[in-house]
Parts: sequence; structure tokens; C-alpha cells
Amino acid sequence: AKGPVSEAIAEKLTSAFSPVHLEVRNESHMHNVPTGSETHFKVIVISDKFKDARTPIKRHRLVNDTLKEEVAADGPVHALSIVAMTPEKWQAKLEKGEAVGPSPNCRGGDGSLPKRNEA
Amino acid sequence: MSDDVHTSIDNAVKGNDVLLFMKGTPTFPQCGFSSVVVQVLDYLGVEYQAVNVLENQDVREGVKAYSDWPTIPQLYVKGEFVGGCDIVKEMFEA
Repeated sequence: AKGPVSEAIAEKLTSAFSPVHLEVRNESHMHNVPTGSETHFKVIVISDKFKDARTPIKRHRLVNDTLKEEVAADGPVHALSIVAMTPEKWQAKLEKGEAVGPSPNCRGGDGSLPKRNEA
Repeated sequence: MSDDVHTSIDNAVKGNDVLLFMKGTPTFPQCGFSSVVVQVLDYLGVEYQAVNVLENQDVREGVKAYSDWPTIPQLYVKGEFVGGCDIVKEMFEA
């Protein structure tokens, strides 16, 4: 079941970018946080709205801005991995047989979030 | 953030060709995303200065405001913000 943070992220990205393809992957299970957490996400946003954002930084900033509440210091999201491209670039990537793999493995974390299975 | 913190971040960014704000250190990263950026820089043989934001909560929050970027790691090259893990990986794979 998708949690509230996941839903909020999907809704905001849909509303801001009218994406032709959108994935909101909750990657929290890959990290040292309790089961059911919604702290680490990967989002894949494929949209024509990125046509004028010529560099990755510009595209990422557009996504960051849309999700600014979620990624704020006091917000729920601790890590956000972004794949943001135009439909043309995405199509080219798919034609090369490339898929979007998972984010890097956790290294234990920095101690600021409750740990997995902590009582 | 306080002026001191802002100045110290600014000095680090302007005083180093390549500066990485990360969690942990290059030898002991405490975050998978930070670790990937370290690996890319090390692989390319780039000389860089690393700042462990976990050592200072003010710097940790300060860089997010300074860069207007919500997450760590953050890579600066010649005073300019380049991006985080995703962007560095993308540039490396290009």
C-alpha cells in the first residue's frame, strides 16, 4: 500500500509536470530505518516541461521546488534521487535497453533517523 | 544561518577547486549517495577537499540553504555548484 508521503509526492509531480511517465519509488527499505518508513525516495519524471531546462541541475531544481515541503529539513523525506528527462531522452534510453536501477546501498546512516527494528 | 557559518561555507567553496560536502569521510562514508560521489572522484583521480557535514549541524543545514539544494552530498567545482549523487553519476556515465 502506498503511504501518504508517496501519494503526496505523486500528486505534486503529476500536477506540476503532467508527466508522460512517472514512478515514485519508496526506497526506504534499502536503508537503516523502520519498516514502513517513507524517508528515502527515487522519482522518475518524464515530461515535456523539461524541454527548456537544458542542464540536469535545472531539471533537478524544478523537481526539488515542487517537492520543497517534503524535502525541507523538518519534512519527511531524507533522501531524494531524481531522474528527470524529456520524453525524447527517455525513449532513447529505453531503446538502448537501459533501465533505472536502485539507488546506492545505505552505509548505515548518520544516526539522525530511528533505526530499523529499534524498540 | 549565522554569518560565521555562511562565511565558513563560502570560504570552503571558493578556496578549493573541488569541494564535496558529504556525510562521513572519504575513507568512511556514512551514506551510500556520498560514497558514490567519492568513488567517482577517486576513480577519476580528482583532488578534492571533503567536508563532513555530520560533524557540524550548522554546516549541515547551512549548506542546504547556501546551495538552495535539499540533500547531501553536494559537489562544488571552482566555486560552482555541480550537483548531488545523481548528477555526478550521470556526468561520469556520459
